[in-house]
Amino acid sequence: MKKLLMGNEAIAYGAVEAGIKLAAGYPGTPSSEILTTLAKLAKQYNFYAEWSVNEKVALEVAAGASYCGARCIVTMKQVGLNVAADPLMTLAYIGVKGGLVLAVADDPGPHSSQNEQDTRKFAQFAKLPVLDPSDPQEAKEMTKAAFNISEQLGLPVILRPTTRTCHACQDVEILQPRIAASKLGFKKDSRWVIFPSLAAKQHRWLNKQQAAASDIFENISFNSLEFNDTELGVAASGVSYLYVKEALEILGIKASVLKIGTPYPLPNKLCKEFLQKHKRILVVEEQEPVVEDQLIKIAYENKIDTVILGKNSGYNAREGELNVNKVIEILTEVNGIPSKPKAQHQLPELPVRPPVLCSGCPHRASFYAFKQAVGNNAVFTGDIGCYTLGSMQPLNAVDTCLCMGASITIASGMEKVEKGRKQVAFLGDSTFFHTGIPGLINAVYNKSDITIVVLDNRTTAMTGHQPHPGLDSTATGEPAKGLDIAKIASACGVKLIKTVDPYDLEAAVKAAREAVDFPGPSVVIMKRECAALKKERKESFYIDQDLCLGCGICVEELGCPAIEKQGDDYVINYKCAGCGVCAQVCPNEAVTGGTLK
Amino acid sequence: MKLDIIITGVGGQGNVLSSRILAQAAIKSGLSARTSETIGMAQREGVVMSQVRMGDIIYSPLIPDGEADILLGFELAETVRGLPKLKNNAVVIANQAAIVPVSAALGNSGYQADKIKDYLKEHVKNLYLLDATALAAKAGTYKATNIVLLGALAQLNILPFSKDKLLQVILDTVPSKYKEINIRAFELGCSFLEVM
Repeated sequence: MKKLLMGNEAIAYGAVEAGIKLAAGYPGTPSSEILTTLAKLAKQYNFYAEWSVNEKVALEVAAGASYCGARCIVTMKQVGLNVAADPLMTLAYIGVKGGLVLAVADDPGPHSSQNEQDTRKFAQFAKLPVLDPSDPQEAKEMTKAAFNISEQLGLPVILRPTTRTCHACQDVEILQPRIAASKLGFKKDSRWVIFPSLAAKQHRWLNKQQAAASDIFENISFNSLEFNDTELGVAASGVSYLYVKEALEILGIKASVLKIGTPYPLPNKLCKEFLQKHKRILVVEEQEPVVEDQLIKIAYENKIDTVILGKNSGYNAREGELNVNKVIEILTEVNGIPSKPKAQHQLPELPVRPPVLCSGCPHRASFYAFKQAVGNNAVFTGDIGCYTLGSMQPLNAVDTCLCMGASITIASGMEKVEKGRKQVAFLGDSTFFHTGIPGLINAVYNKSDITIVVLDNRTTAMTGHQPHPGLDSTATGEPAKGLDIAKIASACGVKLIKTVDPYDLEAAVKAAREAVDFPGPSVVIMKRECAALKKERKESFYIDQDLCLGCGICVEELGCPAIEKQGDDYVINYKCAGCGVCAQVCPNEAVTGGTLK
Repeated sequence: MKLDIIITGVGGQGNVLSSRILAQAAIKSGLSARTSETIGMAQREGVVMSQVRMGDIIYSPLIPDGEADILLGFELAETVRGLPKLKNNAVVIANQAAIVPVSAALGNSGYQADKIKDYLKEHVKNLYLLDATALAAKAGTYKATNIVLLGALAQLNILPFSKDKLLQVILDTVPSKYKEINIRAFELGCSFLEVM
């Protein structure tokens, strides 16, 4: 049966077809829909799925199940692998029993990420095989194959799709799932306990597995050589392969193409043949020169005198993502073809349209309340989530953003060296559970006089509204006892904890003042459900033009997409979510029509 | 055959859903299809663009610049931003309603709707401009703007499947409680082009 599937859904179906028993992950664009899909399929196909607290936890949960012989998949975005790096690096030594696949989505561009790190390079560092799909159909096939490879080698295997595979749809063939035959269970054995002596032994084994993996990859359909020409051979990895095929067709160039689906380790013999058969080689890949550097090494070791062009020779950038147009440019330059003049478009001036917080977003009210309470001199450290958008004008309420959980810890560090200035750390509820709690405990233990604001919108919003441990249901919809953030803060030793509704501006500003004035770490929980999740629509507000003073405070201080300026008039448009925050900001009660709170 | 369609708009306008509907209709007609979508931060009121490719042989999900056959514009300025993706003689079906970004309300960026509209009229030969937001509101909700535009596109008879087939896929995709609104929105889009 063929079905239109997004790459992430295709990966989920691949895992189901491979007969997984467990799936775990933490949301992160562009990976989130893999586990969302698996959570929906779990009951039907009799496996367990969870949103874990963070990526390290997810990988360890999967490792435990794999030790029992179960096939498992772990999902995350590229920076999530940094959080999971600790278990990963040693799991490579220990090895796995049931096939264990990490689906780690890369985001060249980047479109929705804080960096452009290359997971293929990470795989190489961890000495683990990595598969690089070019489209959703291949992503599904690779996911299935990855479980076999994992069991064959006894190693975790990484599947690295990029945004253009994760968030692309294709007509994908769906097959019946494999029925797992073996009985699952943990067998006690010293092989599961890493000691220095075992690590020394396993390291030798791991190094040997690199050649074994390369041998497997010699005869895998994901790698192939399309031999057309002895002059130019183009090697391409992942989605770049499709750009190369289209660019060659558009330009009418007859070149050989080496499709690489396993960027590490490379199939040595196939690569050697490719290098020997061509006078010049062009490597087309996004991010780091992973394939290119290995090809240079193979050429050197085998004394093959061919020219290898790519990132090292400046034909292709390490930054950003590729597309057909960029590959056409590279090919014309490499082939010395005069490039076609580009169509010139003298577009009229278009509005700048950066992403902003939604209308009715409770974060807007939370930031506004704190700005009212502490003014512009205080430092607002931020974190990863929708609320990073608080850095946009006019709120200008996020002064730092580094990585998950860093809001609290960065504020702690600042407080130690810049006394007398207020530091306020903002992070979301899901981020609080992910890596915020260690920072909170650290702030209490090491006596940081900072204020921590948990923007508790009852969801993981930015990645598409996944549940988290603070909520009353799990990934698969089972009832759960949501953990109480205020009680956690109290148990960690925080002495001043306030929970307020940010839509109630007066109460929110009062809580903010109290927290900031309190000596020692304080916590404010701004509790209000994400505006995008709200079930009943609240009555919209409107601006009474007879009462409006035209002062512009509503627009200039809140920046809500529901308030527009039409000529000289301020007008509330159809996007109004009825939160009533602007009505509380208006100095002349001109905003009316809805209900407050 | 091969048909490349660009859908431009602002996050929250149902861009992703529309590209899936077109791709699904193509698959139901025995064609291969690919889409590429903007998912993530830009979905919060930012610039979004979906790409739909249908036909016999398709490579990547990204349409090269200057290669798209059709542009479906959900928002006035975003329609113009998408023009470099188009072939000469491409067909543009666009919403003339503007979504003024916060940056413009703050005075940091202009939004000259008249100039943008004039530019479109001057530079696009096959232009169909309609107030899809108003038609959607007439159907029951401004949120059906995307369906109005899909209706207008279907009416042009340039898709490799029928109007009825597209409407059927829409109804299979949207929640059943919004069926009536979506049928009305689709038909308002179709009939708008009939009277043009």
